[in-house]
This record gives sequence, C-alpha cells and structure tokens, in this order.
Amino acid sequence: MVLNCKHVWDCISGYLDDTLPAEMRDRVQRHLDHCEICSAVLDSARNILILSADDLIFELPVGFSQRLHARLDQEMTS
Amino acid sequence: MKATTEPRDEAQMIASILAGDTQLYHQLIRPYERSVYMMALSYMKNEADAEDVAQEAFLKAFHHLTTFRAEAKFSTWLIGIALNEARSRLRREAALRMESIDDTQDQGGHTSPAILRDWREVPSEALERKEVRQMLQQAITNLPTIYREVFVLRDVEELNNVETAAALSITVGNVKVRLHRARLMLQKQLAPLLRNMNPKRRWIPWF
Repeated sequence: MVLNCKHVWDCISGYLDDTLPAEMRDRVQRHLDHCEICSAVLDSARNILILSADDLIFELPVGFSQRLHARLDQEMTS
Repeated sequence: MKATTEPRDEAQMIASILAGDTQLYHQLIRPYERSVYMMALSYMKNEADAEDVAQEAFLKAFHHLTTFRAEAKFSTWLIGIALNEARSRLRREAALRMESIDDTQDQGGHTSPAILRDWREVPSEALERKEVRQMLQQAITNLPTIYREVFVLRDVEELNNVETAAALSITVGNVKVRLHRARLMLQKQLAPLLRNMNPKRRWIPWF
C-alpha cells in the first residue's frame, strides 16, 4: 500500500522521535523523498521542536533560584 | 532532563538529608529547578503564580522526603508534586478556566498540518528574535492542558516518554498520542507565522 500524505502526517511525531517500526519508517521515508509538501511539513515541525527545546523560550524569572533557596532556608530550619 | 552531567548519587543524598544534613537539599534540587518551574508555569500561565507553586512544591517535597520511594526517579517524583500543587491551586482558585483536565478527549478530531513549502529557516537565528520567542510561548501556553503538560515535559524539558508518563500518571501510549497532537497543533499554528517572519529559504538536513 502506498502511503498518502495524511498517513504520513499521522506518523510525523514517530518519525521525528525515530520510534516508527522499521518497515513503516522506510515507507514514510520513501514518501518524503518525493513529496515536497510532506517534507516541508516535517521540516517545520522539526524546527518548532528545536525552538521549543531552547532554554531561551521559557526563562526562569530573574532571582528565582535565590528566592527559592532563601525560602527553603527559612522553612527547613523552622 | 537538562540535569547536571556530574555523576550524582541521589539516593545517598536523600539518605543524608533524612539523617539530618538538610543543607544538602539545596544541592539535590538545583538541577530540577527549571523543570519544576516549567511544569508550574504550564498550568498557572503567569510567572508569579508559577514561582509560588514551584516553591511550594520544593517545600512539600522536602517535608515528604521520607515518602520518596527509591525505585522512582527523584526528578519525576518532584515534577509530580509540582503538578499536584498546581492542579490543587487551580481547583482552589476555582475557575479561570472551566477546561477539565480529565474530560478533554484524546482521540477526537484530526489535526492537519499547515502546508508550507518555504519555511525552513535555521531555528537558532529565529530564536534571537524576541517576537519569535513570545509567539512560541504563547502558542504552547494556549494548548489545551492535556497536550500542554505532555509537550512541556517532552519537548521543552526533554524528559523521555517513560518519565513523562510517570510524572503525569498516564500511560506511555497516552503520552505518544497527546504529544503527536500537540506537535501538530503547534505546527499548524506556528509554521505560517514563523514563515512570515523570516521568509528566507534554508534547507535543514535530516538528522
């Protein structure tokens, strides 16, 4: 069975995590090799994951750590 | 999880803390401050409340350290405490959102990705732009809770499927399903916006 684009989208997460069974991964790969649309979808999904994992996206508030440890000191001893 | 790379014997540290060396607790939790805060933020949606929840979670963990079971991972246990703290606070405050954590359906509906042929920029360049960071924050924050919590632990804090499932008390299968949907939702929402902000074409090689 040849995969259509919708099937491939259903596999994108597994493809990115490399958790697809080998046979399915090969089929997805073959589709991606010739489908400009799906390879672009894959690229943008991967880009979003790369961006999301960057610590710059969500930064700890300034002074978070100091305030936390000061409070712990206060309450751990009381 | 982005933890320290030095080898740490957390079981030993915990035993020492329980034996009275409470100052060691500061050291024990340092690698997990960010993950606990992120978990709190993904629920509370504002920094001040998230910080408060994170502090409470670390205090609760300290006071309940005797209940920690060695077969669990300390980080997962901590995140689970932060999660419970955030949920119970939201219940108490009753209401900003009526969205139920349990009622949202996992399987319903199919999310189709945004079809774009020309957004393949190099991500690190995009991140230097404040508006890109804000756009991502906003999109992640706006995900429905059951998708947001999985996405934050897996793709922001980079826990694995098993750790995420343990922290959230759901199955690994549920983690995978929810993560897939969260990623597609974000792709659909963000890809057109990000493309418009940086129309440069770049090919990013696969793996």
